Amino acid sequence: MTSPGDSGMRETWPLWEVFVRASRGLSHVHAGSLHAPDEIMAVRNARDLYTRRAEGVSVWVVRAAAITASDPDAKDSFFESPQGKEYRHATYYTESDAVPHL
Amino acid sequence: MSHSTNHIASTAITPESIAQSLASSSDLPDVAVATYALGLGDDALVLAQRLGEWIARAPELEEDVALGNIGLDQLGHARSFLTYAGSAFGKTEDELAYFRDEPEFLNHQLFEQPNGDFAQTIAKQMIASVYFVALYRGLAASNDAMLAAIAAKAAKEVDYHLDHCVQWVKRLGLGTAESNRRMQRGLEVMWAFADELFRSDAPTDSLVALGIAVSPSSLRPAFDALVPPLIVASGLTVPVTTFTRGGGRAGLHSESLGPLLAEMQVLARAHPGASW
Repeated sequence: MTSPGDSGMRETWPLWEVFVRASRGLSHVHAGSLHAPDEIMAVRNARDLYTRRAEGVSVWVVRAAAITASDPDAKDSFFESPQGKEYRHATYYTESDAVPHL
Repeated sequence: MSHSTNHIASTAITPESIAQSLASSSDLPDVAVATYALGLGDDALVLAQRLGEWIARAPELEEDVALGNIGLDQLGHARSFLTYAGSAFGKTEDELAYFRDEPEFLNHQLFEQPNGDFAQTIAKQMIASVYFVALYRGLAASNDAMLAAIAAKAAKEVDYHLDHCVQWVKRLGLGTAESNRRMQRGLEVMWAFADELFRSDAPTDSLVALGIAVSPSSLRPAFDALVPPLIVASGLTVPVTTFTRGGGRAGLHSESLGPLLAEMQVLARAHPGASW
């Protein structure tokens, strides 16, 4: 499997994935990717590219090559298994009147 | 790109809000303050125009955006200063930017210098940013409320510009033999223009005495404390200059400003009052 960060040496700078947290209390969400020579410049480039319109209060970057991803070709065995297994959702319990705030 | 844009209720000072507040104010700047603001505005405007020349030509797409961001920040500073300056002369920011000729521009000569290669641009921008950081911090405490407000907003932005330049000086200085050579050359080319930034002149001195302007010579220690150590730590040599350039505040310019203004002004002069 080709690594997500492998550019086939066409790029001189490695690829980085950018995660932006919109505000305190929320999770960092994948915003996109960019090229940068190192992690310090990657954070700065992320600030310039992905927080221009006040989208974030925090930025994470990670080298795309460092991400291990699931295999797109294996998506049947990976992700279709839960279908038909509704018992995995806890929807069959009845709520007790005696327990508030449930 | 995320579309979860936070539309912050903006209280930030803008050229538009400045124009609006001046339109209903009887407290306009006098000619001395307006001329000081004009010099500051021209510094930012001319440097922004130079940075704009990098658009679509920077070494990498990401750097293209970074230089564009810095240029647009500076264009914002220029618009604010020129709007304020123009209120004393009955002129708009556009009239000042597009319908003055070369000797009427009061920018320091450093800012009009050609971009050269990327290292040369970084050298110029680094020197400029060190100057702006010290200047705007001082000016944020000005007795002139409008200058103080413009400077307080600009100070946060130039902090980031300086950081960006410092990162690149280090990387080019400590990178390859070629990047080191180019960074050194960039510093050599720009060094003769640094001294002018810290030179006092009589009109500024009289505003310094009133607590309105920042004394240019008072900014020199900040430059000396930061720049030579950065150059040395980046594997470079502090240039030695036997002569320095200057005279921008008096309207004296190098041969580079004319072509820059011609390009910046041609559309507005060919079609006065045009809008889209």
